[in-house]
Amino acid sequence: MKKYRVLIAKPGLDGHDRGAKIIAKYLQEQGYEVIYTGLNQSPEQIVTAALQEAVDAVGISVLSGSHNYVFPEVARQMREKGMEDVLLFGGGTIPEEDIPPLLAQGVKALFRPGTPLEDILKVLK
Amino acid sequence: MPKEKKYESLSGIPIGEVYSPPDVRGLDYERDLGYPGEFPFTRGVQKNMYRGRLWTMRQFSGFGTAEETNNRYKYLLANGQTGLSVAFHFPTLKGVNSDHPLSRGEIGKCGVAIDSLRDMELLFDGIPLDKVTTSMTVNHPAPILLAMYLTVAEKQGVSWEKVGGTVQNDPLKEFFAQKSYVWPPRQSVRLLVDTMEFCLKNVPKWHPVSISGYHIREAGSTAQQELAFTLADGLAYVEAAVERGIDVDDFAPHLSFFFDAHMDFFEEIAKFRAARRMWARFMKERFGAKNPKSMWLRFHTQTAGVSLTAQQPLNNIVRTAYEALSAVLGGTQSLHTNSFDEAEALPTEEAVTVALRTQQIIAHETGVANTVDPLAGSYFVESMTDEMERQALRYIEKIEELGGMINAVEAGFPQSEIMKASMDFQKAVESGEQVIVGVNKYIAEKEPPLNLLKIDESVEKTQLARIEETKKNRDNEKVAAALERVRDAARDESSNAMEPIIEAVREYALLGEVCEALVDVFGSYTDPGTF
Repeated sequence: MKKYRVLIAKPGLDGHDRGAKIIAKYLQEQGYEVIYTGLNQSPEQIVTAALQEAVDAVGISVLSGSHNYVFPEVARQMREKGMEDVLLFGGGTIPEEDIPPLLAQGVKALFRPGTPLEDILKVLK
Repeated sequence: MPKEKKYESLSGIPIGEVYSPPDVRGLDYERDLGYPGEFPFTRGVQKNMYRGRLWTMRQFSGFGTAEETNNRYKYLLANGQTGLSVAFHFPTLKGVNSDHPLSRGEIGKCGVAIDSLRDMELLFDGIPLDKVTTSMTVNHPAPILLAMYLTVAEKQGVSWEKVGGTVQNDPLKEFFAQKSYVWPPRQSVRLLVDTMEFCLKNVPKWHPVSISGYHIREAGSTAQQELAFTLADGLAYVEAAVERGIDVDDFAPHLSFFFDAHMDFFEEIAKFRAARRMWARFMKERFGAKNPKSMWLRFHTQTAGVSLTAQQPLNNIVRTAYEALSAVLGGTQSLHTNSFDEAEALPTEEAVTVALRTQQIIAHETGVANTVDPLAGSYFVESMTDEMERQALRYIEKIEELGGMINAVEAGFPQSEIMKASMDFQKAVESGEQVIVGVNKYIAEKEPPLNLLKIDESVEKTQLARIEETKKNRDNEKVAAALERVRDAARDESSNAMEPIIEAVREYALLGEVCEALVDVFGSYTDPGTF
């Protein structure tokens, strides 16, 4: 059976990659195929990488306060490319009140600081 | 069967039930501690420490536009803060302008937006640069921000001899900790030595580098790794300056350091004390420094951002207070205390006031500043200090086997060590072995949301408009010529790039333009994306 493939991405200029790398490593240990983009990716680069790598899910880590730009933009470009079956999730320093509007725009789940790693598995299958 | 409880420090040092004279049998007072102000400075760099002068209370701050941050600075100064510390937004840290495509969504969010001298003028408007000292946290683009600061001083009529402060300018840790790199490791160290050399001649009260462990720790290292990697970076800079032909006793007194104060109280105190002793010995024994000030490890401390929790945020006030206390008992020269709402956003004025008050309470109510290094002679603290030094030295030896820190960074050594340590910590949190109150124990079901600082989305428009206006009002031919001189200086390894950078900044060259000119010669560095 084909392994479940996940792209972990870091958008923008922010260098806080501790969380993204932990998630990447953890998912790999759990048997997922993980591709990590590295830092400084534009929404377009993230979506292109997701397409090229034919991933099942895209996880974006944002600690820069740019979540209200990045998530809707990636979701929009994914829709444009017909990637409805690819699950978009994310995490970082995202205030609670910002989460519902982002979920309404096509993000499947957003994880705040202090979330147990296992909770992420419940969203990915 | 329940797992037997392990007693060890946050960084994995085994802790005994009780400590007694045999634990410090090898300790020689004169050789290993000395009196405060005496080699090897384990007990402090000054004889009377906080009796002479309290630590500088320096809250790292910056958000939105230069005008908004200027208001916050005036507020902090009016409330008893004694030094400024500039937080730049990510685009500035990465050396690009607010109109760069990757800046979208990040403008003014995690710091103040500075695109050109125009912003810097507004940032320090009405703040006399001969009366305050300023710390600027910026690394690869540091020479450019320093150039802007010096130009603002010039415009205020303040001579450079009177300008005091620090620019972080610690390029190597960017590759494995903060990740705001622009150019490759070797070129970044060359620019650092350029700024050092320039400041020695022209801005004698300026600290041209703050060798920083803070970001190393925040990226997930242990305390020993923080200590070892920071000192190893410092050794690389000293070697580079000596190679340039600068006398060690000329530049070493201008070096400063920056550490994290994490949650394990005694471990942190031991780390600070070990750092002083190790650095003094390196400088004296390895580099033949003669001036005692060359052997001084003076440091700024920030309480641990990573220890803050989004859950039950008021608990963060307590965490920060303990961390700050460890820094003071460890003999810090200046201190930033985090605000309780910073797991989620930049702090509100209310939150930052509590953070500043925390320092003032330690300084004026607890009595801990009355005597120097009060924990010296504690069997436990001395034994921890020795152990911290031993473990950090082992790392430094390993780095030297790899050919020094520049080579170690190129080989990815600190990167992979930090990755392992941060994964181990996360697993200890997941298993509950490492308790974090409010996160994996004593969890509250429902919590009221915090009132968070919101950055107005209009910042982006303001910055983009200001860039256009700056470009229109300057002499573009002069800017182009100045940028060409920056490229020439970068190409010529025997020249110093600082003066052409100042010239370019004076002509209102944008930060991103100066960085591009340097990238044209130096090349750029991109994340290898390993995990």
